[in-house]
Amino acid sequence: MEHGAPIIENVFGIPWLSVNLSNVLMIIVTSAIVFILSVLGARKLQMKPTGAQNVMEWILDFVKGIINDTMDWKTGKTFLPLAITLFTFILVGNLLGVITTFIYNGEVWWKSPTADPGITLTLSSMVIILSHYYGIKLRGGKHYFKSYFTPVWFLFPIKIIEEFANTLTLGLRLFGNLFAGEVLLGLLVTLTTLNVWGFLGGAIPYLAWSGFSVFIGGIQAFIFTMLSMVYIAHKVNEEH
Amino acid sequence: MLGGFHLIDMAIMLFFFILLIYLVSKFAWGPVMDMMKKREEYVANEIETAEKSRAEAEKASKEAVEQLKQTKQEAQKIIEDARTAGIKQEQDIVTSAKKEAERIKISAQEEIQNEKEKALQALQDQVASLSVLIASKVIEKEISAQDQDKLIEEYIKEVGEEQ
Repeated sequence: MEHGAPIIENVFGIPWLSVNLSNVLMIIVTSAIVFILSVLGARKLQMKPTGAQNVMEWILDFVKGIINDTMDWKTGKTFLPLAITLFTFILVGNLLGVITTFIYNGEVWWKSPTADPGITLTLSSMVIILSHYYGIKLRGGKHYFKSYFTPVWFLFPIKIIEEFANTLTLGLRLFGNLFAGEVLLGLLVTLTTLNVWGFLGGAIPYLAWSGFSVFIGGIQAFIFTMLSMVYIAHKVNEEH
Repeated sequence: MLGGFHLIDMAIMLFFFILLIYLVSKFAWGPVMDMMKKREEYVANEIETAEKSRAEAEKASKEAVEQLKQTKQEAQKIIEDARTAGIKQEQDIVTSAKKEAERIKISAQEEIQNEKEKALQALQDQVASLSVLIASKVIEKEISAQDQDKLIEEYIKEVGEEQ
């Protein structure tokens, strides 16, 4: 069963401008949830942490660990807000699509925002652009341009391709995992609602795949954050 | 659609993500990190204070032991002094008692000597008069009244002459 998306073409009469309203909705919902959870977790901070503060500190230490794995903390602490927001946003976004899918008038409104290639590629492009920016800022333009010709000059075209490949793989890995998960969940839902045999056959795989999707959601959020930090570290670190 | 991407979605994504970074770092992770840093500093501070007070306690206990040792030595010295003083006093008392006894003994001997001499003197006197008495008694029986008068007169004469 195919579902469409609430896409509006030709916004403001410009032929190449379009918007997927479900993406806009889910971006806002995910951002709001991340913001509300973070602020709720950061309420009543105490020297002796209890409850939500423990979770917050655990997440902070976890992301700190990711950054520390790739670069030293002196440069790494600049990227802590970026890494922690990436991690929480992608995690919440991934889980939202696993929890449920909401379809109205044959159009999918509620889904993972990270199951859209445009959104994941936006995030990955942002990370790669930031890596170039900080590469120049922290190590100087000379070093930055020299890094394209080391160890040998003829690697230059490959290095250029590498940047685009990084962007694409970073974004499409997340999109692919989430999109595939949602497609499979959608198929299983269709199967369970088909008839009694379909329900019997589809219910258990559906439960299993839901659990697995939660797992994938966490893993992909971790991988995206980790790789972002690796790419940034590759640009800001000294030669290794 | 541009190459299959919805540009407004991407712009909104970017905008919300940057906004989210700003908001959560300001309202959530910033305070949490501050608190963690504060706790780190607090723990470091506490460890430092504990170490300092431990060193102080060690020093104080060492001092106390030193003082105790000193006090013990002082007490030992005082006891020693007292013992020496006691022995000295004892010897003094014994010596002075011996001296006193000697003195009493000597004076007693002197007195005895005196008394003896006095007694001898008195005895001599008594013996003399007694012998005179006995002699006169013996004579009284053998001489007559005339003789007696004669004798008396002689005596008186003698006495008179003597005086």
